[in-house]
Amino acid sequence: MNRQLNRHTNRRTVQVLATVAGAALLLPGCTGTGASTKGADAEAPADPAKVSGTITVLTVRTDLVQDGTMKKYAAEFNKTYPKVKVEFQALTNYESEIKIRMNTDDYGDVLLIPAVIKKDDYPKFFASLGTAAERSKKYRFTEFTTVGGKVYGQSPVGVMPGFVYNKRVWKEAGVTQWPTTPAEFLTDLKAIKAKTDAVPYYTNFAAQWPLTSWTYVDGSVHCDPQATTKLAAGDPWAAGSDLRVGDTLLYDIVKQGLAEKDPTTSNWEESKPRTAKGEIATQWLGTWAIIQFQDAAKKAGVNPDDIGFMPFPAQTDGAYCATVGPDYNQAVNVHSPHKEAARAWIDWFTDKSGYDKDNLAISPLKDAAMPEVLKPYETAGVRLIELDDAAGAKVKLIDDESEVGIYKPEYRQDLVDLARGAKKGSLDDFLGGLTKKWTGAQANVGD
Amino acid sequence: MTHTPLHARPRTHPHTPARGTPARSTHKAWRLLTPWLFLLAPLALLITFTYAPIANMVAYSFTDWDGVSPELHYTGAGNYTEIFTREDLFQVFWVSGYYLAASVIQIVAALYFATILSFNIRFRNFFKGVLFFPSLVNGVAIGFVFLYFFQDRGTFDTVLGLFGYHTDHAWLGTPTSANVSLAGVSIWRYLGMNFVLFLGAIQSIPGELYEAAELDGAGRWHQFRYIILPGIKPVLTLTVILSVSGSLSAFEIPYIMTGGATGTETFVIQTVKLAFQFNKTGLASAAAVVLLLIILLVTWVQRRLVPDDRVDLV
Repeated sequence: MNRQLNRHTNRRTVQVLATVAGAALLLPGCTGTGASTKGADAEAPADPAKVSGTITVLTVRTDLVQDGTMKKYAAEFNKTYPKVKVEFQALTNYESEIKIRMNTDDYGDVLLIPAVIKKDDYPKFFASLGTAAERSKKYRFTEFTTVGGKVYGQSPVGVMPGFVYNKRVWKEAGVTQWPTTPAEFLTDLKAIKAKTDAVPYYTNFAAQWPLTSWTYVDGSVHCDPQATTKLAAGDPWAAGSDLRVGDTLLYDIVKQGLAEKDPTTSNWEESKPRTAKGEIATQWLGTWAIIQFQDAAKKAGVNPDDIGFMPFPAQTDGAYCATVGPDYNQAVNVHSPHKEAARAWIDWFTDKSGYDKDNLAISPLKDAAMPEVLKPYETAGVRLIELDDAAGAKVKLIDDESEVGIYKPEYRQDLVDLARGAKKGSLDDFLGGLTKKWTGAQANVGD
Repeated sequence: MTHTPLHARPRTHPHTPARGTPARSTHKAWRLLTPWLFLLAPLALLITFTYAPIANMVAYSFTDWDGVSPELHYTGAGNYTEIFTREDLFQVFWVSGYYLAASVIQIVAALYFATILSFNIRFRNFFKGVLFFPSLVNGVAIGFVFLYFFQDRGTFDTVLGLFGYHTDHAWLGTPTSANVSLAGVSIWRYLGMNFVLFLGAIQSIPGELYEAAELDGAGRWHQFRYIILPGIKPVLTLTVILSVSGSLSAFEIPYIMTGGATGTETFVIQTVKLAFQFNKTGLASAAAVVLLLIILLVTWVQRRLVPDDRVDLV
């Protein structure tokens, strides 16, 4: 209960006095970057052999930095750009660490655009990679980082939300077709519960972030590219809306006892081999997870081909629908002294590194083919759409202002608690409360 | 021997220089300066890592800063009005009740063990070690260890199983059970610290007092009641104050173990979430200032209720 003794109480009185006195003095030194370099561009180098400098690349892929994969990419990169030295820094807790670092000028040369930065502030922090008109011819997802006609970031892979599932278990339960409605999906999970030993659905409640993927059902339920715009303008939890359909499905899964017994002590790392072995049947994640589950299968000595991927159980005009969006976007630090080298890295990593193939992911290039894993999607005729992100920045502002946190774990944790009976109330009241907060904040957030 | 009173003696000494010469004043200056020179390093650290950030925090609490954007606007006392007008921000203080109840258990247990182990019993150093050990373990590690401990079919269930209890209870599954479990971990963790404080205080009581008491026919309980308890009163008061402020600002264990889910959110977790999840750094700073003021107030009230007068045992 106590903090240690170094928090002596008597000192606190002094602290307050010092604080009030100090506050007045320290005010000017408050905010971070005085970002005077507005609107810098990171030009692509004219001659790959000439560009030089040491660049620091920030990444969230701690695993790839540790196992040397990133070094291999860098070595490959040096074949084209021999004079550029690439160093990697992997951050485990990327969002909160980078937020603090971005109060200085020193946040690497190449970094991933964090969610915390407001879209309008991109030009203050990042150097532009070119105009939207020009880049959108070649690349997907340019709109997600476009401010004032210029693009500030590029994702090396496209990701798509969906259910990672164990094909063998689903087959054992007698399910051969992907379910087409949430009700059918629940029936299938019940069959899995009845006929196999597997946990039909795993929430990953304790790891928290996997729950946030449920927000990405948005757009796929009604195959609507304008789903994000609707979040900004209307009520996200209106009857029949995408988020409500998704949340109701999650609620029903937990309520009907189709999820793990004690979500509060679930374990993400353990869930991978368990899914591969068929102890867990289904998890709502995204295409990025497939490779991790296959690796877990190889490590556990089971067949990696048992790992399957299916879309959200909803059809529009007789077809499934899935949304393709960017992963973290790589960007060039506006304060970087080696902008050309940094730009060279982003271009090479996006176009030539093979990072997308290594991760079985969707390529960011418009003319590239779909990865092998998504063959069943092509056979089933799943429509892939890209959401219009024009209102994405506004949605984030409303989200913070309202403290709903559609991209944050609490919202779904509360939902799961509600379904388990650990929290009192009804689903309608819960979603109604979110609506109230959300629409209340909409009024305060101007365009 | 004539007894000349002191003041009647000749006062000037032939060898001492008159007052105000350089030698004397530098000597005096040094004497004033020496303690500060010793304090230089700790003070520099204290100002850099405690006072300056706190001053900044208070400054932020009057703005709408989001924690990273280059621009911020002064909102006057807007954040403070919001905190005091939003009921939901104060509801989390109910969770501190669990930790407060746990502190009571913790202080009683620490006092009990400290008293027992201050007398001569077998293996006393071993038990002292056992009790103090958890205080040496890093809080994050403790959080992870206890996650496994409370897991379904985890350590706790296994141990209960040995005694024939097969509960199918999700320990972190309901708000009450989760908070009690977390408060229990908190007891385990901080008991040693209290215990050492009490033990140190008890051992500073002169031993002959016990002997005298025993001659007068006082038993162990009376020795505790009339010698030990008054003797360690200042330390006891301090511990109570620290426990109360610790309960109000419980953070580490619930944050790591449940992240504030299932009704285990404390005021500090809520503040951290405001700052780092919803990017309301201004509001979060104001919340932190409010917590500081609340703790100061509680401490002041406690001081008024239980004045810290020195006890003379002898």
